[in-house]
Amino acid sequence: MSALHAEWTKAWTVPGTAWLLAGVVTLTPLLGVLAASSMAEGGDPARTSLLGVTLGQAAVVGLAVATVSGEYGTGMIRTTLTAVPRRLAVLRAKAFLVCMLTVAGGTAAVGASVAAGDALLPEGLSIAQGPVLRAAVGSVLYLALVGLLGVGVAALVRDAATAVGLVLGLLFLTPIVASLVSDPDWRERLLEWSPMTAGLAVQATVDLGSQPIGPWQGLGVLAAWASAALLAGAAALRLRDAS
Amino acid sequence: MTNSIRAEWTKFRTVRGWVIGLLTAIPLTVLIGLLGPLGSSFDCAGPNGAQCRGNTPPIGPDGTPVFDTFYFVHRTLTGDGSVTARVGALRDAEPWAKAGLLLKEGTTSGSRYAAVLLTGGHGVRMQYDFTEDIAGPSPDEDRQWLRLTREGTTLTGETSSDGRRWSTVGTVRLDFGERVELGMFVSSPQHLETSNTFGGRLDRGAPTVATTSFDQVRTTGAAAEDWRGTAVGIDPAREHEVGFTDDGGDLTITGTGDIAPIPASAGSLGKTAENALVGAFAGLVAVLVVAALFATSEYRRGIIRTSFTANPRRGQLLAAKAVVVGGLSFVVGAVSSALALPLVERAELAEGFFQHPTTWLTELRLVLGTGLLFAVAAVLAVALGMFLRRGALTVTAVVVGVVLPYLLAVASVLPTGPAEVLVTVTPAAAFAIQQSVEEYPQVAASYTPADGYFPLSPTGGLVVLCGYAAVAVVLAAIATRRRDA
Repeated sequence: MSALHAEWTKAWTVPGTAWLLAGVVTLTPLLGVLAASSMAEGGDPARTSLLGVTLGQAAVVGLAVATVSGEYGTGMIRTTLTAVPRRLAVLRAKAFLVCMLTVAGGTAAVGASVAAGDALLPEGLSIAQGPVLRAAVGSVLYLALVGLLGVGVAALVRDAATAVGLVLGLLFLTPIVASLVSDPDWRERLLEWSPMTAGLAVQATVDLGSQPIGPWQGLGVLAAWASAALLAGAAALRLRDAS
Repeated sequence: MTNSIRAEWTKFRTVRGWVIGLLTAIPLTVLIGLLGPLGSSFDCAGPNGAQCRGNTPPIGPDGTPVFDTFYFVHRTLTGDGSVTARVGALRDAEPWAKAGLLLKEGTTSGSRYAAVLLTGGHGVRMQYDFTEDIAGPSPDEDRQWLRLTREGTTLTGETSSDGRRWSTVGTVRLDFGERVELGMFVSSPQHLETSNTFGGRLDRGAPTVATTSFDQVRTTGAAAEDWRGTAVGIDPAREHEVGFTDDGGDLTITGTGDIAPIPASAGSLGKTAENALVGAFAGLVAVLVVAALFATSEYRRGIIRTSFTANPRRGQLLAAKAVVVGGLSFVVGAVSSALALPLVERAELAEGFFQHPTTWLTELRLVLGTGLLFAVAAVLAVALGMFLRRGALTVTAVVVGVVLPYLLAVASVLPTGPAEVLVTVTPAAAFAIQQSVEEYPQVAASYTPADGYFPLSPTGGLVVLCGYAAVAVVLAAIATRRRDA
């Protein structure tokens, strides 16, 4: 518990944290507003309003990576590990903190996006509908899982810029490659396996059959990616010299 | 300035991680490019056990894959000759349904031809060898006279509304050889409806047929034989829908298909050169990370104070960093695309895809253009890095600015309108430099960013990215000058 308290203090005394959280909360609805106001009709209203999650996740990745890599950049990590010698407790505290911050920021961002969608889309959008609620809650969870993925990768590679490059590359590249694969089976497989497209399947509220994967299964795929990254990061933190 | 550049070059090459990171961009670009074709083992057993080969379209005289499907009513012509006919208007037909006079090397799909024709909605045209199209008048009569004449290697298409006063639509020089097929044809392309919504695009196509009359038909030079009807390239299962009747010289012809180049289209079996460069995204991310690190790590380690003491003109340091990273990134981008293009294209051909051909000039533009794209994006990352002083923030900003808009526009997430705006105003516009395919005004198709068609010209797109880089350089120059290091 004291490890978590320490992480909390470190996070709030670095100006970057507040800026990145503000980024999640403003950028997400901003893209949603642009998307919703440019939509004529049809399509998936929930997905349209929540399109900003694709942008907001970049700030989440930045936040997650900064929480871990920032300490390696300044050498602070040596002090941290001296104070809390159980290294996994440090990683656990960091992961929990990133989760908390992302869920808080993500809830505000997703709430604003849904409200904007309701105001701008001709057909409106009500959180009271089951699928819309699932899309909204799922989007918050999606952001939290992307944060955990960032924590894991950052613990593994340590350098902040490299970690951000890796995570954003993983998220953004697979859909681009998938769009070029002609074989429908392979394309489907790529979309099922890639963390972003699988995870965002949770936002679909119409025509679920055309999605590459079911909403909760998709989040499960992202969770698998995040756990793998966290495990690898934990192993690296435990075995490697922290310099 | 030379000294600063030498100093920056020394800093760069002595950090092993940066050199490795930059060089990683080359295998990343090639391997991810190969993933596309290698991950596509499509099953090609068609009806009646037909082979993959059926999927490969005919290839036109210049290597362009083409549609060459129509109903042809013809006689053999040796040497000079002409055909004249009065063609009934194509009412309620597809805008690019065609009826007219045709001179063709033979009845094989993909062979050379010249035609003067009446369309459903685009007036009289003279077209030849699939990609060439000359617009003529747009008549509002019910019937239009057309004439196609060959004299030596000169082919002339003419049109008239009354059969007496003729105007020339076009004259072209084409060398076909002595024996050709001369006559009349009708074609009618697929009716295409594209519905575009968030998260998906649906193309619905249905085959159509068109019927029209040809009367007062006269040929000169051709053998006075009966008209022969040939369903060129038409699926045998649909041959019963087409045909012709000859009522004492007045003919009625029903046809389907199109005589035109095939435009690039998302998810088709036709691959473009830029498809081979999809791995450039991964390579670019690697280059951006290295560029951002090169700019920001001096701040992290405090070496920036030493650098500024050694050379107090701070603008020079920024310029030297930009020159070193920009130059290296250019080489990396050009080398990786020069490797990816032939390797990925070979893999695509081996898998049974067909290719939209490019000239060597276009390939050169793609290779150098990818180099420039990497270079300018790297300069943007360096300048932004000097301005923001945080590596992670810089990489996030540049990757989001360059890659995310492309992803939203191209990976079929956004409808066409917003997608085109995104690849016009964001740094992702620079990917227009990789466009190798042409838009054919004479073919109705969806020409969207997802299909490989950018709203901006190749250089125009690169200029947008240069604009962003220039703004970042100015910001960085002001900030490094004013700020305490």
